[in-house]
Amino acid sequence: MKIETVRKAPLYKISNTRYFRISAPNYGVGYLKRLVVVDANRCVGCNLCVYACTNRFGFVGVSKSAIAVRSAGGVERGFTVVVCRACEDPPCARACPVEALTLRSGGGVTLNPNKCIGCGFCASACDIGAVMWDQESMKPVICTHCGFCVSFCPHGVLALEEVA
Amino acid sequence: MVDWIKSLSRVLYVDLTRKLFWVEEREDLFSKWLGGIGVAVQLYKEEVSRHADPLSPENTIIFSIGPFTGVFPMASKVVAVFKSPLNGFIAESHAGGRAAAVMRFAGYGSIVIKGASDRPIYLVIDEEKVRFRDAGALWGMRSSETVGKVLREALPAAGYRTIMRIGRAGERLVRYANVTVETYRHFGRMGLGAVFGSKKLKALVVIGRKGFKLPDVRTYREVYKEIYELTKGVATKKYHDLGTAANVSPLNAIRALPTRNFSSGSFEGAKNISGENLAEKHLSRRVACLACPVACIHLAAIREEYEDEKYFYKTENVPYDYELIYSLGSNLGIDDSYGLLKVIKSVEDAGLDAISTGVVLAWATEALERGLISPKETIVVLKWGDWRSYVKAVDYIVKQPNEFYRSLALGVEHAASKYGGLDFALDYNKVEPAGYHTGPLFHASLAIGARHSHLDAGAYSMDEKLVSSGGTPPPPEEAARLIIEEESWRQVLNSLVLCLFARGVYSKQLVEKALKALGYTIDSAKLTELAQAIYLEKHAIKFLEGFDPEKTRIPKRITETPTPLGHITENYLKAIIAYYAKLIKEYISRSTPPEFSQ
Repeated sequence: MKIETVRKAPLYKISNTRYFRISAPNYGVGYLKRLVVVDANRCVGCNLCVYACTNRFGFVGVSKSAIAVRSAGGVERGFTVVVCRACEDPPCARACPVEALTLRSGGGVTLNPNKCIGCGFCASACDIGAVMWDQESMKPVICTHCGFCVSFCPHGVLALEEVA
Repeated sequence: MVDWIKSLSRVLYVDLTRKLFWVEEREDLFSKWLGGIGVAVQLYKEEVSRHADPLSPENTIIFSIGPFTGVFPMASKVVAVFKSPLNGFIAESHAGGRAAAVMRFAGYGSIVIKGASDRPIYLVIDEEKVRFRDAGALWGMRSSETVGKVLREALPAAGYRTIMRIGRAGERLVRYANVTVETYRHFGRMGLGAVFGSKKLKALVVIGRKGFKLPDVRTYREVYKEIYELTKGVATKKYHDLGTAANVSPLNAIRALPTRNFSSGSFEGAKNISGENLAEKHLSRRVACLACPVACIHLAAIREEYEDEKYFYKTENVPYDYELIYSLGSNLGIDDSYGLLKVIKSVEDAGLDAISTGVVLAWATEALERGLISPKETIVVLKWGDWRSYVKAVDYIVKQPNEFYRSLALGVEHAASKYGGLDFALDYNKVEPAGYHTGPLFHASLAIGARHSHLDAGAYSMDEKLVSSGGTPPPPEEAARLIIEEESWRQVLNSLVLCLFARGVYSKQLVEKALKALGYTIDSAKLTELAQAIYLEKHAIKFLEGFDPEKTRIPKRITETPTPLGHITENYLKAIIAYYAKLIKEYISRSTPPEFSQ
């Protein structure tokens, strides 16, 4: 099923006066997509996806990334790549006491940072640990499935997949 | 611009003696010297006195990163500067893994480790504090891999941390012990592991989860994209496909692969230990350092059946690279890929520098062959290609059960001075050479490079170019200039701090552009000036520590074994050394900064 939709990238608040809008391949007219891990065994652990994700907000580093890559108990065993699965019935949204997380069409959630009180329930509710925490803003980092990371994965680990 | 430098300028000082730590803002250093080696050399000048004993509390370890760390692809290295226990001069060693980016995201441009602990400890450093933890239970652990495993499970922040540790070799002060980072990367050369050991510092864990606001996101993204595409391209393909092991076959083909203690440049068993064969038979996974799309780290899996029980197997993982294949393979006459990997594994577990260990064992094998020593000294009979006895000998280097192995643990020159055989003891100023018998430029660069390493100037590739173009080595003065120019430029790369595999990607223009994107106002003329300044500063320190290049012993063996560019003559090397010595002495005489004259 193809869902025709016109979407605008969400606006992120960086400070009281500065806002930031992502421009990434998944925005605009198109089909709904979600980020998927195609094959974690192809991951070499370079973390360029993590840096790309943080860079959406004009930062370098790891603090604002919605992706985490860690070794699966020593790099010889490969890596665990944690990304939001875009659940149809996301536990994070159900755990939010202030309705800061709303369902995104195509799965997953959208964060309204103005409503968020930083309680962290969403992060504990996510069994796969895909709700990351920004220690600087004390708010969750929510994957928007924009696909910016995909364009910086050198080894085909990540992809955007059309939601059926 | 100011903010960006400021965010890099925090220097964390840790005093192991008093178990204290503090942070200083050192914008003075980071705005003048960029970061990395540039800053580390200045910190070394402040912290380490000329006559300090390398294994005493007076020695100080300085880790530094640079403006590109965690910011651009392949800026994946940390520079460590310390006084080398091998030769007593300023030394530098680089390691990848996760260490560099993690240091940046912990918020430190440099970490300075002073003093010495009275009992085994390990450090856990995060964005805010340093914890001094008891390492009594880790000290003496057989394998450095196990130490990593224990710390991995005991500490938080998986994926955002680096775990550096020493093995038993470092604890027992083997002068060429290394520091292992993330199990398969190393501060390999110059004996940082022994300095850790002398400070009773078993491990160093850094946790970093910060982010930094960029001054100009749009420009940054443009430059980033350009660099990213280049680092994925042909310039680094070789390192991705077969890794550095790809060098084995071509070097053997031009007769430049050091074999059996440099007695030959070609090895009849090269095919078995070539990158192609290792990949086909053993390669199990390729891994990358943080921020590097290349993934040059090649891990082999070796499956082994226990001798005491049928169908009882274990699988071990072993990293391999060109230098290990040379030093523990062809240089020891080992042509069995499985055996080679077993020797590498034993060196890894012990926490030894693979190059030095291989050269030391090659000398011992030849000395035994020539009757200078007997099996009474070596305990196991060392024979070219017999990897099982080399595995045992590696263990003896660590345990040092007799006088002979105590000498071996001090380096090849020390052992050869005592037992004879200096003519075939391969080292330059007590630093054992990397594996390129390509020609005179390479050996000259080992003699005059700051750390006597193939990484100082990469002069093997100058030789290789002459071989493929059919040229002849330039006159000594020109050769010296070429080597010094290359080594100088690398001071900028090592201040930024980049992996040298990216040296083909980061041209002077690109470096300038990338610096500009971060708000730096430094043009390429200034970069050249800075490169020379760092080069001269570093070498001047070494001279003032008592280094006299004209006393450098040139191993006779390298003049006996022909290179693809013919025989190397001692006079040619001496002329290059003389040119270099004059340059540095002139610099010292026209500018003696007060810090030097302590």
